[in-house]
Amino acid sequence: MNLKTEYMGLKLKNPLVASASPLMRNVDTVRKMEDMGIAAVVMESLFEEQIIHEQHELDHFLTHGAESYAEAVSYFPEPESYEMGPEEYLRHLESLKAAVDIPVIGSLNGVSPGGWMDYAKKMQDAGVDALELNAYYIATDMDKTSREIEDNYVGVLKTVKSEVKIPVAMKLSPFFTSTAAMAKRLDDEGADGLVLFNRFYQPDIDLENLDVYPNLVLSTSESMRLPMRWIAILYGKIKASLAATSGIHTAEDVLKMLMVGSDVTMICATLLKHGVERIQDILTDLVKWMEEHEYESVAQMKGSMSYKSVAEPAAYARANYMKVIKSYM
Amino acid sequence: MKRRMVTIDGNEAAAYVAHKTNEVIAIYPITPSSPMGEWSDAWSAKGQKNLWGTVPVVSELQSEGGASGAVHGALQTGALTTTFTASQGLLLMIPNMFKIAGELTSTVFHVSARSIAAQALSIFGDHSDVMATRSTGFALLASNSIQEVMDFALIAQAATLKSRIPFIHFFDGFRTSHEVQKIEQLTEDDMRAMLDDELILQHRRRGLSPDRPVLRGTAQNPDVYFQGRETVNPYYLSCPGIVQETMDQFAKIVGRQYRIFEYYGAPDAERMIILMGSGAETVHETVDYLTARGEKVGVLKVRLFRPFSVKHFIEAIPELVKSIAVLDRTKEPGGAGEPLYQDVLTAFGEAVADPDMKVGSFPKIIGGRYGLSSKEFTPAMVKAIYDELQKDKSKNHFTIGIKDDVTHTSLDFDPDFHIEHEKVFRGMFYGLGADGTVGANKNSIKIIGEETENFAQGYFVYDSKKSGSMTISHLRFGPEPIHSTYLISKANFIGCHQFVFLEKFDMMANAEEGATFLLNSPYGLDETWDKIPKKVQQQIIDKKMKMYIIDAYSVARETGMGARINTIMQTCFFAISGILPREEAIQKIKDAIKKTYGAKGDEIVRKNNEAVDKTLAHLHELPVPGSVTSSIELPPVVPDKAPDFVKEVTAMMIAGKGDELPVSAMPADGTYPTGTTQWEKRNISLEIPVWDENTCIQCNKCALVCPHAVIRPKVYDKKYLDGAPSTFKYVKARSKEFGEEMVYTLQVAPEDCTGCALCVEACPAKNKQETKLKAINMADQPPLRETERENWDFFLELPEFDRTAINVNNVKGSQLLQPLFEFSGACTGCGETPYVKLVSQLFGDRTVVANATGCSSIYGGNLPTTPWAKNKEGRGPAWSNSLFEDNAEFGMGFRLTLDKHTEFALELMKSMKSELGAELVDEIANADQSDELGIHEQRERVEVLKEKLEKINSDKAKQLLSVADLLVKKSVWIMGGDGWAYDIGYGGLDHVLASGKNVNVLVLDTEVYSNTGGQQSKATPRGAVAKFAAAGKPARKKDLGALAMSYGNVYVAQIAMGASDLQTVKAIIEAEAYEGPSLIIAYSHCIAHGINMQKGLEQQKLAVESGYWPLYRFNPELQKEGKNPLQLDSKPPKIPVRAYAYNEARYKMLTKFEPERAKQLLVAMQEDVNEKWHMLSEMAKMSFSEETA
Repeated sequence: MNLKTEYMGLKLKNPLVASASPLMRNVDTVRKMEDMGIAAVVMESLFEEQIIHEQHELDHFLTHGAESYAEAVSYFPEPESYEMGPEEYLRHLESLKAAVDIPVIGSLNGVSPGGWMDYAKKMQDAGVDALELNAYYIATDMDKTSREIEDNYVGVLKTVKSEVKIPVAMKLSPFFTSTAAMAKRLDDEGADGLVLFNRFYQPDIDLENLDVYPNLVLSTSESMRLPMRWIAILYGKIKASLAATSGIHTAEDVLKMLMVGSDVTMICATLLKHGVERIQDILTDLVKWMEEHEYESVAQMKGSMSYKSVAEPAAYARANYMKVIKSYM
Repeated sequence: MKRRMVTIDGNEAAAYVAHKTNEVIAIYPITPSSPMGEWSDAWSAKGQKNLWGTVPVVSELQSEGGASGAVHGALQTGALTTTFTASQGLLLMIPNMFKIAGELTSTVFHVSARSIAAQALSIFGDHSDVMATRSTGFALLASNSIQEVMDFALIAQAATLKSRIPFIHFFDGFRTSHEVQKIEQLTEDDMRAMLDDELILQHRRRGLSPDRPVLRGTAQNPDVYFQGRETVNPYYLSCPGIVQETMDQFAKIVGRQYRIFEYYGAPDAERMIILMGSGAETVHETVDYLTARGEKVGVLKVRLFRPFSVKHFIEAIPELVKSIAVLDRTKEPGGAGEPLYQDVLTAFGEAVADPDMKVGSFPKIIGGRYGLSSKEFTPAMVKAIYDELQKDKSKNHFTIGIKDDVTHTSLDFDPDFHIEHEKVFRGMFYGLGADGTVGANKNSIKIIGEETENFAQGYFVYDSKKSGSMTISHLRFGPEPIHSTYLISKANFIGCHQFVFLEKFDMMANAEEGATFLLNSPYGLDETWDKIPKKVQQQIIDKKMKMYIIDAYSVARETGMGARINTIMQTCFFAISGILPREEAIQKIKDAIKKTYGAKGDEIVRKNNEAVDKTLAHLHELPVPGSVTSSIELPPVVPDKAPDFVKEVTAMMIAGKGDELPVSAMPADGTYPTGTTQWEKRNISLEIPVWDENTCIQCNKCALVCPHAVIRPKVYDKKYLDGAPSTFKYVKARSKEFGEEMVYTLQVAPEDCTGCALCVEACPAKNKQETKLKAINMADQPPLRETERENWDFFLELPEFDRTAINVNNVKGSQLLQPLFEFSGACTGCGETPYVKLVSQLFGDRTVVANATGCSSIYGGNLPTTPWAKNKEGRGPAWSNSLFEDNAEFGMGFRLTLDKHTEFALELMKSMKSELGAELVDEIANADQSDELGIHEQRERVEVLKEKLEKINSDKAKQLLSVADLLVKKSVWIMGGDGWAYDIGYGGLDHVLASGKNVNVLVLDTEVYSNTGGQQSKATPRGAVAKFAAAGKPARKKDLGALAMSYGNVYVAQIAMGASDLQTVKAIIEAEAYEGPSLIIAYSHCIAHGINMQKGLEQQKLAVESGYWPLYRFNPELQKEGKNPLQLDSKPPKIPVRAYAYNEARYKMLTKFEPERAKQLLVAMQEDVNEKWHMLSEMAKMSFSEETA
């Protein structure tokens, strides 16, 4: 069975990619993923905050209270050099690259233009095969128009593209007024891939302490509908590769995503839940289904159920809504 | 190898040579010598090698006594060994110094000379410590300047190897140890050329070795000890010559010629001053000035004080000298004179008597004291001394620099006599500790020193408070070497980095005419002038000053610098002063930024650079108007209602005018009134908590955790509200036990609050409409200052709740007791003081406190004011500090007296039963004083007793009257930090705990030597980075609690207020109630942990939740009841230790420079926690009932 696929020019042995998760912290785990058959991995994100704030924080706490009092003009010894978070991350990237043969995709998370973007180049130098830009952003500012927000995304992409030679994907939020137009704009500006979609963790409330707290709920197969629809719509209309992420748990999920036009399918929650052995199961099931249904290759099915290829493309558009409602009547 | 010019301080200069020329360095932190050890430790941690290619081992001991023992041992086994110390530390080394010298062992101790604690401790510089070692047999070599410190460190090293006499190489604490100067750095080639390898091999060969065994350190009998002692004479006789030869050799190699007695001045001088140390530089400078004006004066700088060579001394004296003043920077009470004076007299006496020496007559010789505890020593004082020498009858045994109106020893001097050179830039910069002013000035000196031809000098004056502290930087630059070892008093540049200082300090007094004034002003160009106090405006006009303003905080905000305005003010300084061309200066500042912050990441560098770039656009010249427009008067230092002593003495110190106080103003025996912080309204916080009475649940947790006792609850009858200010808040008291008529107020002291917001963190109540609000919320202080000041004053006048009617065994009740520890100068958000304050509330009116030297003795007893306070009856804690090492024993001494006097009182009372009445005597003798009511009733009985005694005219009655108060139970509290309890004082603490005496020991465990800047102690946890544990402490924290529990009869509690305030209150009450020794180990979050201090309580909670800091109480009383004495008060660990530790920079920083080691240590830390929890939980499960025993 030919499972090969191509994502942003990277030749992959199959369409299964492990997306960013804490599993990437351990080189041995990633090596095991490779053994289980994963085609590529996306590193855990390096956050803009991590790059900027960690430096500030360390500087602040190590110097706070210094030069104030005659007996204690400082409170800490001064090491000659520090390896701040980003350096540690880069070192980890290097060791990961050295440990596995599959492509490693770096991930950079940030929204505002600034020095953190230099880390794109540093990641390239550390050996990553591609980059994923994760513009994780909740648009809370009432004075910021949608155009300004979109410009921000494009700005980040352009800056990073001008810094690196490796392919760059944008991981998108599902909350654009015009997802299609945004995808086209990013495509025009040179995005090599689009990753659909970013899942925002929705916080919860602690009633006893009246606190808002982050609450991580892993995705279920239900969550894949949204990216599936949009990949179906975008497939064949843009040059950039398409990656599906959110809610891909089974071989069936993978198949659906490939059929709507994904070049790769990214899995995360299922690995956290069931362990990295899950990769092998999905691949086995995938091959089994394809054999049963007499498919020869992934390439064959890619986009077969996309907007432009299905008999009833309207099913992906507004009509869909009416139909769902009616089906309940 | 070419020599570099470097800009460093004296400590670094000494450590530089010491580290390169030794193999073993044994140390213990003590101000002002600690940085020498820190430099050495840092260099060794980085793998820097000594001259012979090996990295010196640096080892921290448990005390200076221990350090000197280790030095002795290392020397005796043949290593080149050194140590650094000062003051009490040097005194602790004396026993070993006799041995080291007696055994003719080559070593150099580098000493930053400091005052000895007498009527008071002082961290500042004089020669009292060094002079106390005169009889040890060590050579004493004095450096006067930073350059000399480096040069003499090497000369001493060379001379000790040649002479076999051990050396103390000393220089003045702070003035030289901390002064930054541009000097020429010796190279390794210089050092190699000076040190004879053969002598080093000989030193090594003398070391003990089983391969060539010898016996050293014998005990000798009357038959031979004396002769044995005299064997060393030839070595001492040859030593001065050796030192001079070494100095000559140094001159040949390096080019600087020194002499063991070095004369400088007019060849035909008639008047001469003899002295040693940094003061000699000032005399040198004054001699230049006076001789240029034709005066025949000179100075003899004594470099080698021991062994004292009469021959070299006499040879150095110019022939025509008629009168000599010998200055000692020490005091020898009761002596015929101070040491140098006596030696000079002796030398002349011998010389006159010896015809070979050809000294015809005895000149007039007078002795004087100067500069004790870094007291200023200025050219004006030098001039006064030369003038005195000219008089027919010169005052002997004089003092200079103070006004002695008691025994009239002081010489008058003209404070307006200045000799500062016109070409010297003299800048004074007033900043807050937190704003980075000192750091920026240190950078400026480096830039100017190393990038221009100028000589540069920087000296920094710090506050005695740890929160809201002011720093004054004194910077001099000029084309000639700078010998001015005194503070600037005629500045041509004044930088005021905090606008509020204009109201607090008379900084313009130090400005010379035409000086430039740079002001950080939050007001615009149009507004600023009018906001300046009237007096300051007048001074600016009168002195024809030029003025510039910048709103540095807005630039800092704009560029993400927060409160750090250092680079902004530094850029302004360079832009205005024109010391370097503007563009060049900016580039140099940026280079310095890169150097200072580069290691911590590009982002910090970028942010600082941005601040530099944005600064100049905000810097404006403010044309000084011709007239005064302000009506703002400087507020009085203390209010008029303050006691006389506070108004006359304390206020002077608060105002920075303590130098003007005469001897008569000072208590002769070091005894001071308590309760004085209340008069020092510091207004250091921009934000204070504001009470929302409708949200408050009256739990009083905020009051418990407040480190400064500035937020207080009161429950009182509402009838007292008559006359309350209109904004005074109150609500009905929630607790029914108080009754219907009682109301509750939570009041903040607006001018004493340091703004730490721990109270807000501790507040459990949330506003139901807006959950971000609590029952107390921070708000801007300035608009609230006036009204809240009035409210606070009214609040203080409200009656305290009746102590006998409160259940104090919980947080709510304990906080209704008046704190007798208030408004300390401890760090904002201090983790220690809430415990101290709680003790003061619970037992303060019957407590004597023995306080170990350290943070708690500084915020507790550093002048001008003390937080230890009194209640309305005039009772409160009596407090004293003995030493660092003996605090437990000191406190035990209190107990011995109290017990003895109580016993004596009972004996006397019983023997007077018939006169005093049997009922009263029996009641007093058998009184139950286990609670507040019992104590109150006993006090009343004792009052009756005293009234009766007043009327009885007998010796017995007088005796009993003098000890009658002891019939009321007294509490002894022994307090101190972990440096004391775990390290230097552990032997004593252990003994006192074992003694069974009824003392209460409170260990404020910050897990480092906080007061001296964060050196590791045995309380430092594994994995934490501290000074002397730069790569993370590899060993586990000492389990002090377990050690104390092993005695079985010691009450032991481990507490953490942030994790369980109730357990804290209970443990402190139980410990005090226990009739035997008690030990409380209190987790005290600290600035040296590298945390957000506002989250200190949260960290305490995490420490407990992770199992790192289990809470427990071990009460031997329970065992008597057949119960397990150990009670675990915290739950099994529920978070990994990393979730606690990695919130703190002390742990986290290791992951940033030694990640692999950090990982290993983290694993070990987790194992420590698991093991400890296992041990405690198993112990707590054991059955102690009789059936199973």
